[in-house]
Amino acid sequence: MKIGVPRESHPGERRVATTPEVASQLMKLGYGVVVQSGAGAEASFSDAAYQAAGCETVTSTRDIYDQCDIVLKVRAPEGEELGMLRSGQTLISFVWPAQNPDLLETLTGRGVTALAMDSVPRISRAQKMDALSSMANIAGYRAVVEAAQHFGRFFTGQITAAGKIPPAKVLVIGAGVAGLAAIGAAKSMGAIVRAFDTRPEVKEQVESMDAEFLMLDFEEDEDGSGEGGYAKVMSKAFIEAEMALFAEQAKDVDIIITTALIPGKPAPRLITAEMVESMKDGSVVVDLAAEQGGNCELTEPGRVAVKEGVTLIGYTDLPSRLSAQSSQLYGTNLRHLLTDMTPEKDGKLVVDMEDEAVRGATICIGGKTTWPPPAPKLSAAPKAPAPAPAPVAKPEEEKKSAGGPLIAMALGGLALFGMGAVAPPSFMAHFTVFVLACFVGYMVIWNVTPALHTPLMSVTNAISSIIVIGALLQISSGSGLIMWIAGFTVLITSINIAGGFAVTRRMLEMFRK
Amino acid sequence: MNSAGLVTASYIAATVLFILALGGLSNQETARRGNWYGIIGMAIALVATILGVVTQHYTLLFIALLIGGSVGLVLARRVQMTQMPELVAILHSLVGLAAVLVGFANFMDHSTVLHGAEATIHDIETYLGVLIGAVTFSGSVIAFGKLSGRIGGKPLMLPARHWLNLGLLLGSIWFGVAFVEQSAAGGGTWPLLLMTLVALAFGVHMVMAIGGADMPVVVSMLNSYSGWAASATGFMLSNDLLIVTGALVGSSGAILSYIMCRAMNRKFLAVIAGGFGTGGGTTASGGEEEGEVQPIQPEETAELLANAKEVMIVPGYGMAVAQAQHTVYEITKALREKGVNVRFGIHPVAGRMPGHMNVLLAEARVPYDIVFEMDEVNEDFPDVDVSVVIGANDIVNPDAQEKPDSPIAGMPVLEVWKGGTTIVLKRSMATGYAGVGNPLFFKENTRMLFGDAKDSLDAVLKTL
Repeated sequence: MKIGVPRESHPGERRVATTPEVASQLMKLGYGVVVQSGAGAEASFSDAAYQAAGCETVTSTRDIYDQCDIVLKVRAPEGEELGMLRSGQTLISFVWPAQNPDLLETLTGRGVTALAMDSVPRISRAQKMDALSSMANIAGYRAVVEAAQHFGRFFTGQITAAGKIPPAKVLVIGAGVAGLAAIGAAKSMGAIVRAFDTRPEVKEQVESMDAEFLMLDFEEDEDGSGEGGYAKVMSKAFIEAEMALFAEQAKDVDIIITTALIPGKPAPRLITAEMVESMKDGSVVVDLAAEQGGNCELTEPGRVAVKEGVTLIGYTDLPSRLSAQSSQLYGTNLRHLLTDMTPEKDGKLVVDMEDEAVRGATICIGGKTTWPPPAPKLSAAPKAPAPAPAPVAKPEEEKKSAGGPLIAMALGGLALFGMGAVAPPSFMAHFTVFVLACFVGYMVIWNVTPALHTPLMSVTNAISSIIVIGALLQISSGSGLIMWIAGFTVLITSINIAGGFAVTRRMLEMFRK
Repeated sequence: MNSAGLVTASYIAATVLFILALGGLSNQETARRGNWYGIIGMAIALVATILGVVTQHYTLLFIALLIGGSVGLVLARRVQMTQMPELVAILHSLVGLAAVLVGFANFMDHSTVLHGAEATIHDIETYLGVLIGAVTFSGSVIAFGKLSGRIGGKPLMLPARHWLNLGLLLGSIWFGVAFVEQSAAGGGTWPLLLMTLVALAFGVHMVMAIGGADMPVVVSMLNSYSGWAASATGFMLSNDLLIVTGALVGSSGAILSYIMCRAMNRKFLAVIAGGFGTGGGTTASGGEEEGEVQPIQPEETAELLANAKEVMIVPGYGMAVAQAQHTVYEITKALREKGVNVRFGIHPVAGRMPGHMNVLLAEARVPYDIVFEMDEVNEDFPDVDVSVVIGANDIVNPDAQEKPDSPIAGMPVLEVWKGGTTIVLKRSMATGYAGVGNPLFFKENTRMLFGDAKDSLDAVLKTL
C-alpha cells in the first residue's frame, strides 16, 4: 500500500505529517511513501531529503489522493481537498470530531476510514501515539519562549555591577503536559515558577520540577480529575475560591501561562479583564486555550494584543511555530500507530476494531460513524486508587508503640525514685556511671558491622576480664585463703585477657580486602 | 603523691580506651587499631592497680599473671577458626568463675565494716555478683560442651522444666533474703554457698534446654551475662572501671542477642525457655508430596558456575563442619579470574555465633568487600545466575515466607530460589536444626550436590 503526505493547505500551518526519517521507517513496514513537493519546506525538510530517504515526490495534491491508499496529514483536509477523498481510502490526521460535526459527516459520507489523532485513547499502551501530548509539550515550551520574547526583562535574577535584577515570576495554570513543559522551560530559564491545577494528584509532579504548587483555601475536598486523566468542570464554590487566588496572584506575577482545557467544553474563563488590569505594566499572558475561546477574557485568538499595558498572546499555532520539532514528534506518533496497524509488516493496513487504541482513534469506517468510542477500559490516572491493605494492621502497632514506651518510662521513673529514696549517695554515684555506661555501650555496639560480631564477642570477653582488678584488690589481704583465691582468680582472668585479645587480633588480621 | 587519684585517673583512661576499642569495630579498617586500644587500656588498668593498690604477695601475682597469660596466648594461637564459638564460650565461663571467686573473697574479707542501708546494698551487690557469675560459669561450660560436641546438641527437655526454673529462681531469692539478714549478724556463708549451687544448676539447666540452632543467641547472651557479672562486682567493690566495662560488655551482648533473635524471628524469652528444634530430625509432613530432588554432579556444577555471570555463595554451619572454606575461596578465586562476579550472602545466624561465617571466610582469605549481609543482597537474587548453598538449610527455607504455619514462619531468609539455578551442597536429605522440611530442595531450579561439602567442592575446583 502507498502512503501519501500532501502539503498542509491550512494557512500558517508549517508542520508536515512525515519527516524523511519517519518515512524510511514506514518503508521498512512495507509501505511506499509519496510526498507532495514542498510539503516539508516550512519544517526545514527539503524534497531532496525525502528523495534521499527513498520517497517518491509528486507536484499536485490531487496526485497524492489519487495514487495513495493512506493519507497522512496534520490538519484535517478542508475545501477542495475533501472532494479528493475517495471511498476505502484511509485518512489519519487531527479531526476534532466533537468540534467539527460537519467534517465528520462529510468523511463518513465519502466512505473514508478516518483515524483522528486527537481521539487516540489515553491508555499506557497508546502513549507512544499520543499526538496531543507531544503537541502540548511543544506548545508549553513555545509558550515560554513567546512570553520571553514579549517580556521586557530577564527571567533569571542576577546581581550585576549595574544593580540587582529580580527573577521573573511565572504562574502556570493547568499542569497537564503543556503546563509541565512550560514549568520546565521557565524554570530552566531561571524564573520563579508557581503552578495551579484543579487535580490534586499533579502536586507531586509540579513539585518534582522544583516549582511551587499553589493550594486553594477551600474546605471541601474536591478532586478535579475527570475521565482519562483530564480535568473536569468544578463546582461554583471551588471556582470562586480559585478566582480569588488568581486575582491575588495576578498582582504579583510577571507572566501568566494558562493551559486549562476541559475535553469537549469551551475553555474555562479564569483570567478576567480586572485581573489583567491589576497586573504590572509589561507583564505577559500566554493563553494556550485561545483556540477554544481562551482562559483569559481579553485574549484575541491567533494574535498578540497589548491591553492595559499587558501583552496578551493568543497564538493558536504554537506547535506549528516549532515546525521541525513538532513534525518529527507527530510523524513518530503516526509511525507508532501504523506499526500497530501493520502486524505482518507487509505494507497492508489492518483496522482492528478490537484494538483499544485503534478503536478509539477510528471515527468513521465504511460509511458508518464510529465516534464517540466506548469509554476506555483503563484510565491514564486511576481516579480512586484502591486503598492499600497495609494500613489495616497499622493502628494496632501504633497503639502499642504509643503506650508501651510510656508505661516503661513511668515504671523506670518509679523504680529510680524508689531507689533514690533509700540508697546512699555513694551508691547513686556508681549507679549514675552504670546507667551512662549502658547507654554508651548501646550507642557504640549498634555501629559495629555484623561481619565483626565474632571479634566483638572475643574483645568484649577480654575486656570483661577487667574483673581481675577485684582480685588484685584482694591479693594483698592478710588472710591466706583470700590470697590464694585471689591468686587463682588472677590466673584464670589473665588467661582470658591474653587469650581474648590475642584471638581478636588474629581474627582481625585475617579480614582483608 | 596521691596514689588513689592516680589510680582513678588511669581507670578513666582505661575506660575511654575500652569504649574506643568497641567503637573501632564499626569497620574492618579501624578494628585492628581498636583492639590495640583495648590492650593498652587493659595494660594501664593493670599497671595502675598493681603499683597503686597491691602491697604484698607480688610473687604469687606475677606467677599467676605469667601462667595465665601464656595459657591464653597458646589457646589463642592454637584455636581453629571453626572452634571459635567453643573458645568464646569457655572464656566466658572464666569471667563467670572469677566473679564468683571475687564475690566470695570479698565476703570473707571483713576489713571494711558497713552499717545500715549501705551494708544491705553491699550485701545485695555481693549476692548478685556471685549469682550472675555462677549462672555465667555453669551456662558457659555447658555451652562449650554443646558447641564442641562433648554434649549432644539436642535440647534436654525435663518435665515441668518451666516450674523447675521458677523454683530455682524463687529459691535464689529466698536465699538472698536469708543471706542479707544473716550477713547483718555476721554470718551468711551458708545461704551464699547454697545460692551458688542453685545458680550453677540454673545455668546448666538453662543451656541444656536450648537447641543447637539457638546457640548464637546463647553465646551472645552469656557474653552479656559475663558483662553484668563484672558490673555487679564493680558495685560490690565500689569500682567505676568495673561498672563501666561490665555495662559496656553487658549491653554489647544484649544487643547481639537481640539481633540474633530478630534474625530468627524468635522472642528472646522463647529462646531462653528452650525446646526449639525438637522435630527429631525427620522430614516434616508434606515433604514427600513436594516431588523429586534433582541431583547434580560436581562436573556439571563447575560448568554452571563457569558460565554464570553472577554467583552468590550462601555458607552455613555445614561449611564450617566440613572445613570447606579454603576450597570455597579457591573456587571463588578461579571464578573471579574468569570474570564471574562472585559474592557471599551471610545470614545473621549462620554458624554457631554472631559473625561466625565472616570469620571463617576471612580466615580463608576471602576479601571482606565481597562478603555481604543478608539485607544487602536479598534484593539482588533475581539477577543471580547461580546460587551455591553450602551446608545451610533453615536460612534458605522458602517456607519461612510462604507457609504461615511453619515453625520458622516469619524468619528472614536468603531468597536463593529467586535466582537462576540454586545448587545445594548437603550430606543427606536430613532436616536442619529447626526440624522442618525445606521445599527449596524440590524446586525446579534447584540441584542437589550430595556428599561432604569439602570433597564435592574439591571435585568442582578440579574441573574448573
